[in-house]
Amino acid sequence: MKQRKGSVLRLTTPVKVLVQRFAFLALIAATFALMMLGKADVVVLERFRSIAVDAVTPILDGLSRPAATISDLANRVREIAAVDEENKRLRADNERLLHWQYAARELATENEQLKALLNLTAPPAQSFVTARVVGDAGGAFVRSLLVNAGERDGVKKGQAAVTGNGLVGRVVTVGERSARVLLITDLNSRIPVELESSREQAILAGDNTDLPQLVHLADRAPVSVGERVVTSGQASAFPPGLPVGVVTAVSDSGIRVQPYIEWSRLAFIRVIDFGTNGILAPSFERPQAKR
Amino acid sequence: MDFTIWQRLDTIARRILPVAITLFLAVAAAAPFHVPAFSAVVPAVTLISVYYWTIFRPDLMPAPAIFAIGLFQDIVSGVPLGVNALVLLLVFAVVLGQRRFFLGKSFLVMWWGFVLIVAGAFAGEWMILSSLERTILDPLPAAFQGAVTLALFPFLTRLFIRSQQALLRGV
Repeated sequence: MKQRKGSVLRLTTPVKVLVQRFAFLALIAATFALMMLGKADVVVLERFRSIAVDAVTPILDGLSRPAATISDLANRVREIAAVDEENKRLRADNERLLHWQYAARELATENEQLKALLNLTAPPAQSFVTARVVGDAGGAFVRSLLVNAGERDGVKKGQAAVTGNGLVGRVVTVGERSARVLLITDLNSRIPVELESSREQAILAGDNTDLPQLVHLADRAPVSVGERVVTSGQASAFPPGLPVGVVTAVSDSGIRVQPYIEWSRLAFIRVIDFGTNGILAPSFERPQAKR
Repeated sequence: MDFTIWQRLDTIARRILPVAITLFLAVAAAAPFHVPAFSAVVPAVTLISVYYWTIFRPDLMPAPAIFAIGLFQDIVSGVPLGVNALVLLLVFAVVLGQRRFFLGKSFLVMWWGFVLIVAGAFAGEWMILSSLERTILDPLPAAFQGAVTLALFPFLTRLFIRSQQALLRGV
């Protein structure tokens, strides 16, 4: 018995090695084929990808919760340590903001009256979906996030992802219950923006660094450090006027923008449905929340 | 013939351990940790795992499994499909060719070998992605990522050694 097994083994070993070699080469070929297909933007591949992401999202969701809890706890401890100072700062802020609120109320009323005078048509109402960030393993070369809301929650490709602070990025792929958001710092991100004060149009181009670049700005357009950059809402489903960041550097090598988003604190984002990609978009949809 | 079904199941469970560990590391690395700039420097844990198991138990680290794990990483991280799969497969092939050199050598030799593998792997990934994107990507984040991966190597390896001694002896 034992000897027979041995002789069979001796016979099959070279065959086995050959088969393994062949399998290895076939796998290498498969990776190249996938890269080529991916480069050609094959729809089936995109579909496969979103289905696969859908499948792992619940697992990532489960893993992201304890991580979020721990970081929340750490933040809490830090906040308690600084509570006295924070209090002082908030009192001062409050006083200042009350003044602003007064000004804003006045302006809002005036705005209403002027709009009524001009018979201005109201912009389409926005609805939004809140989603949890479940994955951010972009690695060294990609800046993207996975969130746990997808088609069934009303997320669509091309929509803007924001937090209370400002623009995060744009939805690039959508699965049934997950979606990928390309951050504004990614190499492939191009966002139409404008300078808030001068209304000069430009494109915010990511390059994988923390400070995306402002390109295609008109030649003579005045731009200075500290200027606010907002979305222009041109040629996309983005609502105009979303805060993006501030100009931090103006030099011959380019204009850099510091985004408002604190990338390490992203736990939830909102995906805005601006309703520009459908003529019959429901204009009074209630905001849905998803935990 | 004299194995009961439970013994077989037990053996199977032990034999998939290296692949299971690698897959678990891939999933864990993808979850958000809310550490500043962490997603830019998240260590390439699967690289450590594939390197270790290819040296010590190549029979339990088959190429199709490595392909699947690489593909999983591609899907989750958003890089073009096939990139991580290719890098991991090439690492596997190189290490498999050199594993006799590493067997029985000191830990430092293994670490040094891993330095070369990390350098090669990241350089390879950088080249593949740069050519796919038709631009020169900034290699600095990859250098950071490589350094973090190297720093993590001793800890993960210790874990692997323990699990190998505890669960894979004579399997």
